[in-house]
Amino acid sequence: MSSHDPKFLARAEELLGIFRKGAEFSRELLRENERLRAKLAAVQDRQETAARSPETWEKLRVELLARIATLEAEYTSVRERLDQVERENNQFAQRYIEIEEENNNLANLYVASYQLHSTLDPDEVLKSIVEIAINLIGAEVFGVYLLNEETGELRAVACEGADLESFPRIQLGQGMLGKAVAAHEATCWDVPQRGGDLSQPVVCVPLAVHDRPVGAIVVHGLLQQKSGFTPLDHELFNMLGRHAATAIFAARLYSHSARKLNTIQGFIDLLTK
Amino acid sequence: MAKYRVLIVEDSPTMRQLLVFALRRLRDVEIVEAQDGMDGLRKISSDHYDIALIDINMPVMDGLKLIRLIRDEESLKQIPIVVVTTEGADEDRERALALGANEYLTKPIQANRVLTVVKDLLKDND
Repeated sequence: MSSHDPKFLARAEELLGIFRKGAEFSRELLRENERLRAKLAAVQDRQETAARSPETWEKLRVELLARIATLEAEYTSVRERLDQVERENNQFAQRYIEIEEENNNLANLYVASYQLHSTLDPDEVLKSIVEIAINLIGAEVFGVYLLNEETGELRAVACEGADLESFPRIQLGQGMLGKAVAAHEATCWDVPQRGGDLSQPVVCVPLAVHDRPVGAIVVHGLLQQKSGFTPLDHELFNMLGRHAATAIFAARLYSHSARKLNTIQGFIDLLTK
Repeated sequence: MAKYRVLIVEDSPTMRQLLVFALRRLRDVEIVEAQDGMDGLRKISSDHYDIALIDINMPVMDGLKLIRLIRDEESLKQIPIVVVTTEGADEDRERALALGANEYLTKPIQANRVLTVVKDLLKDND
């Protein structure tokens, strides 16, 4: 490659360009250095002037102290506001949890009530009561009792966890269950248990329409995962006490009237034929 | 068209309604109900679902059998399954999870818990 070779010339130009850029960069650095040196000198000069003059120094000190006091006051105010916002935030979070729980409870109560009143078939109503007791209360062994108004005897007509025949018959107003049913209020005994001892009820929910006893739900055992009763369970007991009774009452009334209507229709048909 | 399709396989109308109530709070979701295992199998085989909530004790076909059939079917095996049941014993839980259930919830259910579990599984599957 000779010095007249175009490639050699191009390479030399390229190198020169790099050197020129390097030189320019060095000049820029020097200028920047000079500028910073001048700035530093000015700051040192100001400090020295302030140090030489006690009034200026004092003025500067007072100004700085005032500024620090203002900043501290601002900091305290902001800190207080932050604490307040945090407190409010916690309150909102707590309220949200409560509302969420309330919402869930209302959903459970709505579903239970909806299912109870969605039919006029007495067997379907009993099925709904059984489903509510299992799925919403967590009962494992329980019986649904209906009252024979003539004899005052309560007999299990639907159950779960044991044979229907093994549930004891209850005389209204007698014994712990009979008295609990007559009292018109849900009664809980001792700690909820598992196993389903039919001689030891856990809870008795009397079913009554306007203080007129219709029957009862007697729970003898809870599901393994159910360790106790929650406020929602007590709400459900109260709701069941009224709504299940009304649903049973309405369904019985409807089936009686349907039967009577059929009989009357039969007579009319007989007379008119 | 809804973003997610959820299948509830549960024989109790009370429980189905409660689950629908809980899941309706998810946005953009279509909920389909099946009343027993066989109905559930029919529905899950004939349409696309993003998640299935299955009860264990059901007439016609129980939930465990349904889970086994879903996991054995190539086109369905990826669907997340949440068991919702009264059976709270550890062995029941282990059996269901061993068969391929993703989560196991016991009754009485907490709507929030159901919602959280379903949301997490849908997110994982996205």
